[in-house]
Amino acid sequence: MKLISFIIARLGKAFIVILGVVVFNFLLIRLAPGDPASIMAGEAGSSDPAFLAQLRVQFGLDQPLWLQLWLYIKGIFQLDLGFSYRNNLPVLDLILDRLPATLLLMALAFVFSIVVGGLLGVMAARSRYTNKKTWLDSTIMSISLLFYATPLFWLSLLMVILFSVTLNWLPAFGMESVGAGFTGWARVTDIGAHLVLPVVSLGCFFMAVYARLTRASMLEVMGMDFVKTARAKGVPSGQVIRRHVLRNALLPVVTFAGIQLGQMAGGAVLTETVFSWPGIGRLMFDALMQRDYQLLLGVFLVTSTMVVLFNLLTDLVYGLVDPRIDLGS
Amino acid sequence: MSATTTRTNIPLLCVEQLTVALPTGSDRPHAVKDLSFDLRAGEILCIVGESGSGKSISANAIMGLLPSYLKPQAGRILFKGRDLLQLNEEELLSIRGKDIGMVFQEPMSALNPLMRVGEQIAEVMAVHSAYSGPSRQKRVLELLEFVGLPDPSSLKDAYPFRLSGGQRQRVMIAMALALEPAILIADEPTTALDVTTQAQILGLIKRIQASMGMGVMFITHDFGVVADIADRVAVMEKGVLVEQGSAEQVLNRPQHPYTQRLIAAVPHRNSDVTTQGNVADPVVLEVKNLRKTYVTERGLFVRKRVVNAVDGVSFSVQRGQTLGIVGESGSGKSTIGKCLLRLTDIDSGQLVFNGTDIAPLSQAQFRPIRKDLQMIFQDPFASLNPRHTVGRSITDGPVTNGVPYAEAERRARELLRLVELDESSFDRYPNAFSGGQRQRIGIARALALHPQLLVADESVSALDVSVQAQVLKLLQDIQQRLNLAMIFITHDLRVAAQVCHQIVVMHKGRIVEYGTPTEVFDRPSHEYTRSLIAAIPGKHWSPVSVNITAT
Amino acid sequence: MKKFMHRFTANKGALVGLLILCLVVLTAIFCSVWFEESPWFMVAEPLIKPFTNSDYPLGTDMLGRDLGAGLAYGARMSLLVGVVSTLVAVILGVLVGSLAGFYGGRTDDLLMRFTEFFQTIPQLAMAVVLVAIFTPTIYSIVGAIAIVSWPPVARLVRSEFLSLKQREFVQAAIVIGQKPARIILTQILPNAISPIIVTASLMIATAILTESSLSFLGLGDRNLMSWGFMIGAARTMLREAPMMSVLPGIAILLTVLAINLIGEGLNDAMNPQLRKRGE
Repeated sequence: MKLISFIIARLGKAFIVILGVVVFNFLLIRLAPGDPASIMAGEAGSSDPAFLAQLRVQFGLDQPLWLQLWLYIKGIFQLDLGFSYRNNLPVLDLILDRLPATLLLMALAFVFSIVVGGLLGVMAARSRYTNKKTWLDSTIMSISLLFYATPLFWLSLLMVILFSVTLNWLPAFGMESVGAGFTGWARVTDIGAHLVLPVVSLGCFFMAVYARLTRASMLEVMGMDFVKTARAKGVPSGQVIRRHVLRNALLPVVTFAGIQLGQMAGGAVLTETVFSWPGIGRLMFDALMQRDYQLLLGVFLVTSTMVVLFNLLTDLVYGLVDPRIDLGS
Repeated sequence: MSATTTRTNIPLLCVEQLTVALPTGSDRPHAVKDLSFDLRAGEILCIVGESGSGKSISANAIMGLLPSYLKPQAGRILFKGRDLLQLNEEELLSIRGKDIGMVFQEPMSALNPLMRVGEQIAEVMAVHSAYSGPSRQKRVLELLEFVGLPDPSSLKDAYPFRLSGGQRQRVMIAMALALEPAILIADEPTTALDVTTQAQILGLIKRIQASMGMGVMFITHDFGVVADIADRVAVMEKGVLVEQGSAEQVLNRPQHPYTQRLIAAVPHRNSDVTTQGNVADPVVLEVKNLRKTYVTERGLFVRKRVVNAVDGVSFSVQRGQTLGIVGESGSGKSTIGKCLLRLTDIDSGQLVFNGTDIAPLSQAQFRPIRKDLQMIFQDPFASLNPRHTVGRSITDGPVTNGVPYAEAERRARELLRLVELDESSFDRYPNAFSGGQRQRIGIARALALHPQLLVADESVSALDVSVQAQVLKLLQDIQQRLNLAMIFITHDLRVAAQVCHQIVVMHKGRIVEYGTPTEVFDRPSHEYTRSLIAAIPGKHWSPVSVNITAT
Repeated sequence: MKKFMHRFTANKGALVGLLILCLVVLTAIFCSVWFEESPWFMVAEPLIKPFTNSDYPLGTDMLGRDLGAGLAYGARMSLLVGVVSTLVAVILGVLVGSLAGFYGGRTDDLLMRFTEFFQTIPQLAMAVVLVAIFTPTIYSIVGAIAIVSWPPVARLVRSEFLSLKQREFVQAAIVIGQKPARIILTQILPNAISPIIVTASLMIATAILTESSLSFLGLGDRNLMSWGFMIGAARTMLREAPMMSVLPGIAILLTVLAINLIGEGLNDAMNPQLRKRGE
């Protein structure tokens, strides 16, 4: 029962945030300089008076503001995110077409960053705590600091220069080799090869973040009383770390993962742009170039929704993993 | 280990000339120096000392759990023919938990919050490859019952956050005893517990020791506890062992001046106090039916939980009189302090101060009256703003209330002298002072406004026993000199008996006893008061009758 | 103060960071003295390789613009945007956080919902949308970055206020009769300031990264040269002139690294003082 009420409460919160984004989009269009209709029409559509008129009706631009808001919200929840004049397609269709590619990229980058970052963080904390091989701690921290300071898009470009242009090991753009027509397993490896550079360059920054976070969390837990109790029982240090420290230290990392995903979504825009990856990040970039604001706002809404839902998931995971949070059992 | 080998003279553990150095820049070169004592089978050895005496360090050294910046420089710790200081980590691992068990001070943080209680106990056995299979689970249940925990079969699956402090400490003891070690080291195991819980745990340890015949090394700062359970006593001061002997000897005929000072500082009933207290003195504060509840709202589908922190409390304080409010944690005593000073809102009731009911006043209306009601806080390390000089902390009060700075400064310097601090303290920062000194500054700050009522909220609880005695004496002097009305909130009935004219005993938000110390101690009317008095450690020992050779 | 300087200077990383940052700051201040012409001017042949020509030691881009001038003026842009947007974000965050932390209750709930909203939304995406819709100018860029960066400050200030409010010296200030505004200013804020300073310094680094990302995507101010823009422009020349993208990236990397090192140095130097409990 408590679990259900927990989920409902979180869903409610998520819903309000998404609604907030919708209202935010609405306000942006109104507050921007110029005529809302021509903004929504974008550069390409501004010249077509018929399209402009259509938009005016759709947004009810001569109606009172609250009615406009209502129409806008209604439209969104009927899954009408607008029409992209440039691409001659509804915005939602464009987005849904590209969404899987972004999900693939982000999922892999997320796993990469958390697994590698977590491992490095644990290694660093362990060497710092046991005072053995402390050079490991210093090295890992220095490398993290370096990656943390590197602009994502620049790292992507460097990787392209190194691995594609110079060494010619990996492809530089796209998700699949153009015109090759692979199927089955060959297709998977082809996509895989294309995935390597984008996933690594998107994941490196966050790997650094998780490494630092994990290390700090582990060191903090290692100083706690119950660790001393475990040692007093005769538990060897390896087991102390595995059975006592790790679980307690990873809890804050889980919460953080949710927040980080928002940043990763932004990072995806940059990575997809550099690698011409066919996801919604690049769609956003194209929308920018084409001054297609309906598409731009549509991508923003979908990205935000994605992040909010993921935060809900991490909240749930945290609630299930930490017995102190009463979800009823 | 059989129960027949109770009182033999075989030393189980010999600590010989143990010396542990402190890192450079500390206030003394050694944490412990030339420490030597024995622990014998079938006895309880109490190591007594104040904070910084090094008593915990010796315990940690025995277990090999010293932090990396504290290294033993010299000495030996002999156990079963081997020097523990020479063993490597692997060898120590086989001893920890199996031959020597340890219980720590803070039960609230000593258990892994993400692991079930039964699992944590089973871990000891798993690590030493003892009791395999179903016999392990059986042993866990046995142990839980042995330490007096209710419903072992469902408790073993509980997570620590569901248990109280006392229950968690019992779990710790169960873990330490699981493999029937020869030695149990208990490092202040009851210091963080309520008096009644403390009495239960002490009883448990005594019972266990008697039935299992092990040697127990019990570290404490409370001589009352020593009087209750010790067979032999070792007293430590600043890293050095100053006196050692049987309990009877040390408690009743202490030789070393430090021991004498410590024993003299133990709070006790003061018959002089009760003779004072003029009924004719005007009533400064009268509390009528005070009520304060806390509501914890849990969510959409869960019912609200209402906690009656203060449930219809009434009492009065006269000028020149000290009223003690005694209770354990959760009794509501601290809440009363906050209510009186309007640091928290009141739900209902009257607070009649000098004839005016201050309860319904708004914060803005109450502000000009604040100078007449002042408070001395509990934590000496948090009650002074670390970024303000001592002088500023004391003069802020008068200045806020319209006193010109020159006058405020004069008053502050005078007060510093009154609380027996050097005048140069005015320009220094709090971190240059010890806990006891900071409490004196806190007293000076409270007095700067010439209050009529002074509330001391557990003001000596965080202090060492000897310092506590000094601060209590200071408070009594000041009260007599300035004819203040005082409310003294404490959890220690002995302290209340020493300084208060009237005592109020609180339990779950209600007053259960109200009278002079004599009445409360000799003729308690409520059952809870009786259990509180029965739980006082060392009540069969009277420290006042001790011969003090030098002060 | 002395102790703080002592601790800070003992941290080698922080000193290196300080040195690098000084270089960057000097460049930003004197760029118009060293490079008199605007970096947008086409001054020489296109695609001169760096370290080959003494007049243009860092080479030129595909339109013949001096890369050295670009880097120098870019420093000015990065620092300006970084510092100003962080300042605005900190002011916003301190306002929201202190009110929420001090008054608690409904005020706290409301303000925290508001903060959470801004924190959950992907930051770069929101900044992109804001700058795009309000057309890219230095004002919209600074504003957008400030708007997406203030939530962590508010959270930090709120938690500091919540914990400080419970501390006995704040309760003592109430007991002696000080008014709330005075308590916030003289008791709470001076003790909360250290973590705010550390966070603010690290935020400048993040702001610089965000600004360069925005200009890379083409959302920079067209009148002001930026490192991100230079990298974006170099994208088409990856094969022919890789140095065009490498050099500005190194500039960003060094600047952000320097600021992070200083921030960590500040943190280490301030913390023992805060946590010290007097033995």
